[in-house]
Amino acid sequence: MTTQGMSRRQFVVTTLAVGGGFALGISFSEKQIEGAASSSQISGRPWESLAGKSDVEVGPWLMIAPDDTVTIRIGQSEMGQGVITSCAKMVAEELECDWSKVRAEYVSVNRHFRENKVYKRLATISSSSVRLGRPYLQQAGASARERLMAAAAQSWGAARTELTVKDGVITHTPTGRMLRYGQVAQKAAAIHLPEEPKIKTPEQFTLIKKPTKLLDVPLKVNGSATYGIDVRVPGMLYAAAKASPVFQGKVKSYNADAVKNRPGVHSVLEFGGDEIEAGVAVVADSYWHAKTALDALTIEWDEGSHGNDSSEEYFKNSRTALDDPGAKVVTKKGDPEGVLRGASHVVEAIYEVPYLDHAVMEPFNCTAQVTPDRVDIWAGSQNPEDATIGAAKITGVPLDNIYFHNCFLGGGFGRRGNQDDIRQGVAIAKQLGGRPVKVIWSRQETTQHGHYRPMRTSRFRAALGPDGMPLAWHTRVIGMDENFSLGDQRSPGDDEQLIRGLHKLPYFSQTELFDYHLRKSHVPTGAWTSVGRSQNEFFLETFVDELAHSIGKDPYRYRRALLDANLEFPFAKNWIQVLDAVADNSGWAKQLSAGTGMGIAIGDSRRITRTEITICATVATVSVSKEGRVRVERLDVAMDTGPFLVNPLAAERQAEMQAAMGVAATLFQEITIEKGRVIQANFDTLPLLKPREMPEVKVQFVRATDNPIAGIGEEIIGWVAPAICNAVFAATGKRIRSLPLKNHDLTAA
Amino acid sequence: MLSIRVNKKTYRVDVEPETPLLWVIRDTIGLTGTKYSCGLGLCGACTVHLNGKAIRSCLTPVSQAAGQEITTIEGLSADSQHPTQIAWREGDVPECGYCQSGQIMAAAALLSRNSTPTDADIDREITNLCRCGTYARIRQGIHRAAQIAAGR
Repeated sequence: MTTQGMSRRQFVVTTLAVGGGFALGISFSEKQIEGAASSSQISGRPWESLAGKSDVEVGPWLMIAPDDTVTIRIGQSEMGQGVITSCAKMVAEELECDWSKVRAEYVSVNRHFRENKVYKRLATISSSSVRLGRPYLQQAGASARERLMAAAAQSWGAARTELTVKDGVITHTPTGRMLRYGQVAQKAAAIHLPEEPKIKTPEQFTLIKKPTKLLDVPLKVNGSATYGIDVRVPGMLYAAAKASPVFQGKVKSYNADAVKNRPGVHSVLEFGGDEIEAGVAVVADSYWHAKTALDALTIEWDEGSHGNDSSEEYFKNSRTALDDPGAKVVTKKGDPEGVLRGASHVVEAIYEVPYLDHAVMEPFNCTAQVTPDRVDIWAGSQNPEDATIGAAKITGVPLDNIYFHNCFLGGGFGRRGNQDDIRQGVAIAKQLGGRPVKVIWSRQETTQHGHYRPMRTSRFRAALGPDGMPLAWHTRVIGMDENFSLGDQRSPGDDEQLIRGLHKLPYFSQTELFDYHLRKSHVPTGAWTSVGRSQNEFFLETFVDELAHSIGKDPYRYRRALLDANLEFPFAKNWIQVLDAVADNSGWAKQLSAGTGMGIAIGDSRRITRTEITICATVATVSVSKEGRVRVERLDVAMDTGPFLVNPLAAERQAEMQAAMGVAATLFQEITIEKGRVIQANFDTLPLLKPREMPEVKVQFVRATDNPIAGIGEEIIGWVAPAICNAVFAATGKRIRSLPLKNHDLTAA
Repeated sequence: MLSIRVNKKTYRVDVEPETPLLWVIRDTIGLTGTKYSCGLGLCGACTVHLNGKAIRSCLTPVSQAAGQEITTIEGLSADSQHPTQIAWREGDVPECGYCQSGQIMAAAALLSRNSTPTDADIDREITNLCRCGTYARIRQGIHRAAQIAAGR
């Protein structure tokens, strides 16, 4: 067999560089940086340091080379959202270097642990990369800048106040003398500032706010970007893994002899343990050999107690639970139940949404090498910190000796923050006597072992007065499996995921009650874009639409009136501004052809544990054919930017991504449980949006508030489903209270 | 032992003839730009050129490629300067990027047959899936690549 992998010497050099984390006197050839001709400013293997022997560290976040190249270290994970570029910009904004000379690499996760979490936080979740990262990233850039300035000042015997800097060139104003960053970096590295400088405020930004081309794009057009599934290390074995089809089941038996002698097969082994679904893996000299052997292996499973569970049963039980006593109260104002009992105009609706899968393009995988003293892991992870801690627990190797090499992620959406891929990979590698192994899950395995967006059921009841304004509003939600943990953002046992988005009604109602029940199943759940909000946002924005239509009011104008009347809501006017913008841009209320409708939705991604918001409104223009086929023609999005967006280009792309994800979920995606297991398997039964199904997406940025927004990673998707379904109602008169749309008969009467 | 030519190099590979070409390219030869995503030919992430024509390598047994010319994303151009690659960079087309090798190979094959594809041509010929919603940028990228190729 002919192989072309990394030579052992290359591998050793790489490992040392990663272990050291900073300039080590090892010079890397140009070959390290793939596609150099197209000037990629990141290595195809982003965990590798780009450090050359003359790179100088000016603080742990950046290095400067004699030719003024600046290498900035990134603590967050790139999955297409442009976080590498945004984080680099936040540092460079303060550094005042030449942006065209900026390169980026991932931080060393190992160094992060060795140096007392020097890189602050390595999770990429919760729309937090800018919101939480900006203060310390700006500080890192400002600090380095002042050290460089101090170095120049020292060289000239001049006062700092006599110096200016632009694009990495320092000028002594009185004399016109100049020094480049590359010339003073060595001196700057040894300088300690008596006082840390203040960071810029948004009005002072010059680099942030500008649309900036994404640094990782050149790697993704020539095959050089390394995703976890692409990792190759010397001596590597391959494994195909299969976990218990019924969650929480166990391996009963399997006949390893049946496959042991197949070509290339190395071994058959089991995995399991704490937070690791039990299963079997075939290890071989290639993935194909491993996979075909695994397919030929008959495994008997002990299905445990959930072998007959179904999502149909869960939905039935959730409906029943709507009337269960003892609901936990979140918000109560006045006596809405009393008002509802006596009211003449009551609108009531029950809503249901299914489990959803992330359907990442890159199937799940993990490459790991476990020896008694050291663990190396290569994978794309949204939480390398948690991954490292998990590996330490499984292997007993101390954190200081664990090296997590983060890759590009072929889709995350929250799915790559659960670490189940990592734990399983390490548990398998641990059994291979120090040999590295790349574990790959087939597409079917990836689909059937997700951590799904939870299904949810709700009932909304409102009483309207003669003027159409709500007198009472009772929201009850039945949640399933909301208690998953999310790294540093929350701890289990907290129901916040279930109630976010509904805990404070933005719309006026004289009396108000929001309560819930939480139920559990054996289905593993996790953060899907916007975590606990997409369900609630569909519910709320559909219900307020129903209220409007029940009294013949235009849904845009009705929302406006309810916001205007809600004097307790400090952001009502800001919401109205964004709502007006989207209504204007979309041509709301214009005459549409038969079978076409427009629907509107708005929200601000509110969470109980966060004060920042992102106001976003969407109008969907939808056509429904006589045969009941829905086509989303266009999505108009108006989004508040607050005082700045780090990269408007990245924000636009987020809107496109969340549009695609939201449209696919609304039109035809669901995860169904039957006999305790997921039924969907591949892109035939869990379809992705096809090219022709993509709507036109028009994004308008609006300045509606003065505080930095919460983020953009999850703040658009919630309004896609209700806007589409409200549009379907406008086009057909059929009200959609459950998703996906494919389960509804929309043929013209 | 089979002999295949990939990116103008000959490889003798010791694999079973029914092994999908995808896995020979990725694991045996070591070119990982061509991706595995569904394994059923539904998504196109595995698209390569067989004698210049776009095929889905996850469904193509390596025996079918014996003695043929295979081009992968790594071999599309010597220096990442294929019109599609220039256009993709200009338009910041890729998001997560995992589908993009396949998208580019499909687009390049289309352009080699049809130097001025219309939107209808693109609708019909480019069916590769993308989870991140880059479809509009892909379409713009194809039109731009056609312009770039014509301008040469």
